[in-house]
Amino acid sequence: MIPGPFQRVMFALYTVIFFLYLLGPLVVMGVSAFNTPQYPQVWPIDGLTLDWFAALFADQDMMTGLKMSLWIGLLVVCISVPIGLAGAIIMTQIQPRVRSLYYLVVVSPVLTPGIIIGISTVVFWRQFTGQTGTRFLYDGVVLTVLGQASFISAYCMLIILARLQRFDRSQEEAALDLGASYPQVFRHILLPFLKPALASAAVLAFLSSFENYNTTTFAILSDKTLTTVLAGRVRQGSTPAISALAVVIVAVTVIGAIAFEIYKRRADAAAARRQRAALEAEEAELAGTPTPAMG
Amino acid sequence: MNGSLAFIFGLPLAVVVLFFALSAYERRRGIATGPGFFQRNGLAVGLYLVLAVGFWAFFIILLPQLAMVDMSFRPKLPPAQMGGPKDLYTLENYRYFLFGSTTSTAEWNWLHIKAFFLTIGVSILITLINFAICYPLAFHMAQSASAARLRVLLLLLILPYWVNEILRAFAFRVLLSSGGIINQLLMGSGLTHEPIDFLGADVGLYMGLSYAYLLMMIFPLYNAIESLDRNQVEAARDLGAPWWHIHAFIVLPHAKPGIASGCTLVFMLTAGALAAPLVLGGPRTLWFTPIVYDRFYQAFNWPQGAAYAFILLVSCILFVLVVLKAFRLSLGEITR
Amino acid sequence: MAAAVELEGVNVTFGDFVAVRDANLTIEPGEFFSFLGPSGCGKTTLLRTISGFIEPTRGQVKIGGQDMKGIGPNKRPTALIFQNLALFPMMTVAENIGYGLRVRGVPRHERDEKVKTLLIQVALSEHGHKKVSELSGGQKQRVAIARALAVEPSVLLLDEPLSALDLKLRQHMRAELRAIQKRVGITFIYITHDQGEALTMSDRIAVMNAGVIEQVGDGRAVYAEPRTPFVASFVGENNRIRGRVSAVEDGFATLDTPLGALKGRNPVALSVGQEALLFVRPEVLRLHANGGTSGFAGETLDVAYEGSVSHITLRVKTGQKVTASVGGGVPLPAAGEELHLGFTPEDGLLLALPEGHGR
Repeated sequence: MIPGPFQRVMFALYTVIFFLYLLGPLVVMGVSAFNTPQYPQVWPIDGLTLDWFAALFADQDMMTGLKMSLWIGLLVVCISVPIGLAGAIIMTQIQPRVRSLYYLVVVSPVLTPGIIIGISTVVFWRQFTGQTGTRFLYDGVVLTVLGQASFISAYCMLIILARLQRFDRSQEEAALDLGASYPQVFRHILLPFLKPALASAAVLAFLSSFENYNTTTFAILSDKTLTTVLAGRVRQGSTPAISALAVVIVAVTVIGAIAFEIYKRRADAAAARRQRAALEAEEAELAGTPTPAMG
Repeated sequence: MNGSLAFIFGLPLAVVVLFFALSAYERRRGIATGPGFFQRNGLAVGLYLVLAVGFWAFFIILLPQLAMVDMSFRPKLPPAQMGGPKDLYTLENYRYFLFGSTTSTAEWNWLHIKAFFLTIGVSILITLINFAICYPLAFHMAQSASAARLRVLLLLLILPYWVNEILRAFAFRVLLSSGGIINQLLMGSGLTHEPIDFLGADVGLYMGLSYAYLLMMIFPLYNAIESLDRNQVEAARDLGAPWWHIHAFIVLPHAKPGIASGCTLVFMLTAGALAAPLVLGGPRTLWFTPIVYDRFYQAFNWPQGAAYAFILLVSCILFVLVVLKAFRLSLGEITR
Repeated sequence: MAAAVELEGVNVTFGDFVAVRDANLTIEPGEFFSFLGPSGCGKTTLLRTISGFIEPTRGQVKIGGQDMKGIGPNKRPTALIFQNLALFPMMTVAENIGYGLRVRGVPRHERDEKVKTLLIQVALSEHGHKKVSELSGGQKQRVAIARALAVEPSVLLLDEPLSALDLKLRQHMRAELRAIQKRVGITFIYITHDQGEALTMSDRIAVMNAGVIEQVGDGRAVYAEPRTPFVASFVGENNRIRGRVSAVEDGFATLDTPLGALKGRNPVALSVGQEALLFVRPEVLRLHANGGTSGFAGETLDVAYEGSVSHITLRVKTGQKVTASVGGGVPLPAAGEELHLGFTPEDGLLLALPEGHGR
């Protein structure tokens, strides 16, 4: 493909504008976190400071919200990953006639606005706990976890399903044939096979939960998570402490991503080493085998 | 709080204990394989599958939705009267959406109706704009970018989405506020003498909304275009097809599922966005979700809020159906 | 001593499709038994029925004299080696081999001991700690065998385990498999579509076609004494001519064919007037032989010289092709030459036309 110079310039211009649009706001926010004025300001730079980070960590509400968010994220992972796993396994086994209905039901939360999920969760559990005498369950944390689990489980299911469809059933049969019971096959064969997908599902579940606002703001009731505290702060007025929070989040994620990249490179290198070993063994074997008499 | 924690920890714990108990039981008894569900999975795993999916499908997805729809047809009553003789099905909440309070003199509830249609209309517009913005880049990434450049582009794309929606909206507020860098630039260059009130004019809101969900458009597009054989495009070019022809008759039809998927997601997220309108909207901003929110936590009229939420849900479902119909696709093809 | 495996009227159907029809068979302990047939003939289905992954629609599977109805694959005294081997990629070689013992709750030290012995037996003692992905094709093969033998099955089932290997290695593994079977002394049931594999390794062979076991016998029997046209043409090369029986005498019969009257053995007792097929192996045809032998006359199409043996293709007057394999030292005809290929009645074989008139 050889685009003309005009096209090339146009495309370059477009790319620059696109990324300016995409990254500009982030850069602006990042710079304002280190600038001294009370109101988030990029230019002029009156002076560099880390005060806003200090202010952020001194903010009691933010810190309680952060703890709550981490806590909820963890619970959502514990609930959504097993549900997503079960959902994916059922998807591969369910009768074709019912499959599309089942799919519709379990994927619908992905296509439902978050606030509706939050509202319906609160409405249902208020009635349900009231009528069954389990009022103690009508709690911000429980409702938030359940509400978020509805669509996060669907994300998890889609991730796990993609890997499950590549599962070789003869692995399962081999284990059975060697005397394993079904739960043993599940624990020893299927789960290890799905481990990478389960790990990515867990990470995605945690991140989705941690940054969720729409569902949480309804379901959390009188409690507070980082996002709901943040929303309150932002509505009250702009302070560079909020920019500082964004910088911290990006920094933490970058560190996580780099750590993952290093881990992945190591795993890839190990896999490549194994592949080389197999090739060498193969060559040695072919060279070493005596040619048997034909016929 | 303690009781509830016991519940969310206790439930999985109970399931795990049950699982191991059944495993031990099954190890002692060989259970035949066969076509049946429990025969195929074994009792323990089978039970886990059924319970997990059953709880999810019914208690987390279906029943709450039903409860919300049910509530939307009930009057607002003090808790003592719930389930009492006055708790009858009514269309009052939907009537309110159209005509407003019975004491108001206006003929229609213009504020809410306008907010609703504005929300839907702007969401559709933002969906289209996002498609237009993302398509060239998605095509470039999928069809002509080198591997190294692709990695950089993907990283740059994901970067802004590591911070949450509220912070993304906040970034726009910093950018567009009257003392923000855009106004500084405009005034510095002499284009205007007074700062432009981007936020009050809702420019900030619309930009923020479009910005917030760019990624939801670009990734489905990229995935769909990526599966198109590069040779097909090359061949068309060799045959002398003009560039617009290649896109209209080769790339776009191939990317149909990705386009539908991206559009559905962006529309749904935009129409249901709550953070951006709260952060970027001014006092006069019309957006439907804050109105729904206020039904619950300002007016304390839950049935009415449920009705409003249901109206929003129905319009989202309609949108998905229209998209599916227009693209002649099934649901499974767009949720990959 | 009870038979290792008995099949009594086993039928397996999937919906309308009959995968196995009326299989009756007894496999003795310590036997190397093969099922030979083209793909889709039902041999894999039968193997999976024996291992317990499929319940027969009708009939009985007995292993060691015991009815296996309702007993799952994890409770049967069989071990299966899969076509793709199905080694567990997340486990090491040693863990793979020890898996059957692990799920049986064998204590670790006992298990380690046993795995060590098996690793030595399959010449992999240096490789116990490796992942399966580090091994060569032949090594993987041996891991699969060791893994199956670890649970001390009374019957080892093998589903074309050599098909993924390089040709040279495959022939080497045949000898190795046979040696292993002799050493451990258990019953091997082997599935293959490769007649060479079946003939070289097996004590007995069952030839299957379209869900039916057509013939059971040792290698010599299925090659030299086929009882159905399918077996005659599937096992080894064969020339085939169709005709009508004109005379029957003392174990022989004469067939009226478009190529004249041809005489051959009549093991299935055909009677005069019946339609039948005559089979003649390429290696029994003699060049220019005449007098007292019947034969084929025609034009030489092609002569393929292979050193110790040459293959001659003849076109007879019906247009059909007849091939002959002749040993070295025989003067070969040139292409286009008119030729006569003869055979003695002892080398011709008459079999009844199958239902539906064959292929």
